Amino acid sequence: MTGPLLEVARADCRYGDFQALFGVSLSVAQGETVAIVGANGAGKSTLLKAIAGLLPLASGTVRFAGDEVGGLPAHRRVALGISLVPEGRRIFASLTVEENLLVGTYGRGGRTGRWDLAAVYELFPLLADRRGRMGASLSGGEQQALAIGRALMADPRLVLLDEVSLGLAPVVVKQLYAALPAVTAAGTTVLVVEQNVDQALAAADRLLCLLEGRVALEGPAAGLTREEIRGAYFGL
Amino acid sequence: MTWVNAVVQGVLLGGFYALIATGLSLVFGVMRLVNLAHGDLSILAAFLALTVVGLLGLGPFAALAVVVPLMFGIGYLLQRGLLNPTLGRGVLPPVLVTFGLSIIVQNLLLLAYSADSRGLDAGRLETASLALTPQLAVGWLPLLTFVVAVAVLGGLQLLLRRTQLGRAFRAAADDPEAAALVGIDTRHLYALATAIALATVAIAGVFLGVRTTFAPSAGPVRLLFAFEAVIIGGLGSLWGTLIGGVVLGVAQTVGAQINPGWDVLAGHLVFLAVLALKPSGLFTRGTARA
Repeated sequence: MTGPLLEVARADCRYGDFQALFGVSLSVAQGETVAIVGANGAGKSTLLKAIAGLLPLASGTVRFAGDEVGGLPAHRRVALGISLVPEGRRIFASLTVEENLLVGTYGRGGRTGRWDLAAVYELFPLLADRRGRMGASLSGGEQQALAIGRALMADPRLVLLDEVSLGLAPVVVKQLYAALPAVTAAGTTVLVVEQNVDQALAAADRLLCLLEGRVALEGPAAGLTREEIRGAYFGL
Repeated sequence: MTWVNAVVQGVLLGGFYALIATGLSLVFGVMRLVNLAHGDLSILAAFLALTVVGLLGLGPFAALAVVVPLMFGIGYLLQRGLLNPTLGRGVLPPVLVTFGLSIIVQNLLLLAYSADSRGLDAGRLETASLALTPQLAVGWLPLLTFVVAVAVLGGLQLLLRRTQLGRAFRAAADDPEAAALVGIDTRHLYALATAIALATVAIAGVFLGVRTTFAPSAGPVRLLFAFEAVIIGGLGSLWGTLIGGVVLGVAQTVGAQINPGWDVLAGHLVFLAVLALKPSGLFTRGTARA
């Protein structure tokens, strides 16, 4: 395939009268890991929701694997290979851990890949130990692992991770990020939203910084200086 | 012995109430939708069975082969075309729309079938009974109704617990947006839930028509009993609905044993007592939430 896997062009997004994104453009190549950083309210989660199909674009386009997907509802985009791990985890509380994973296969859309129950349990052994427990009874870190596992069960081509580290202990966050290389090694492209810049720089090939709904900075993770990022992050 | 008899007959009557209430319980459990036209749809199913019996010369139970798929289809289209747009906008729109639907169904039935009371003829099954002891006999029809109610509820429970579709129903009940994010088309899923619910309503409607006479205006009373069974058992719990139906049935028959005029009243009193003492119902699942 030529061209990027995901290409967002001049995206505007609104919540009623409030405009959250102003002409945001972004492109992610197959196999790449890209991190979006920015302060609270910069539009990071809004951008992911727009890509996943939970929020309509006021204008602009979202192309995935060369096809325009901006008008499709969320469940159709999952079938094409876009899976969002939502902010707040959104685990199905009355389903067991294993049922949460099994329901994740709903969006496969005929794709076959390396992810199944055994592979997810290998990635997150703690889930295997808790397979019969109710989703509601898990700790925050366990729920986050389950949410990532549930998204992988659809064998996505692109995983969108929203605020993985929110409300979790640093040691748990470290464990979750340690699983990312195994995800990308399987050929999955990852777009992650992260407030912690150090964590983002360590995990990603490329960094995008949003400021008040606009792209303030973009570049390879290795080539950006702290001062550049700090300036873009706070709008200095 | 008369008290034992009252309880046994009440349990079997409860199976009948549970059979009618099953669809109401399923639809509420999956999408938090209270369908006020539920009783009228059960009467519609009875009239459809009457037409099928008349056209094809089948018995009422054989007519299920036509009526069940027909009601399944009606359920799918009803949800897709009329009820889905009312969801996610608060409590009132579904209540208003299904209330209107209730009136429309009643009036269409009046136009098509007139206001006369009708019945479905199941021959000797209607009066045949099984003597358990010399003093205690149960009718085959109430017994069959109870067995069918348990089978329908058990089948639905299996569907919900063991199949991918059942997991999707429960996932969408927990969090519709997260369900969309794993690739579930909730509009299609809700339509399937209502289709399955109306398939059970078709079975209930035929048993209703064999058991008693029915007229186009008979729906609201059926809705009331079904609603009471669902509330007593606990909203969204299928086995709870069976228990709720049985509690309601026993209350009515025991009430009638005390005084023949008290049967329906006793059922309502038990319903009110449950609402006052345990508003979440007797058998709410540990995970059931608003």
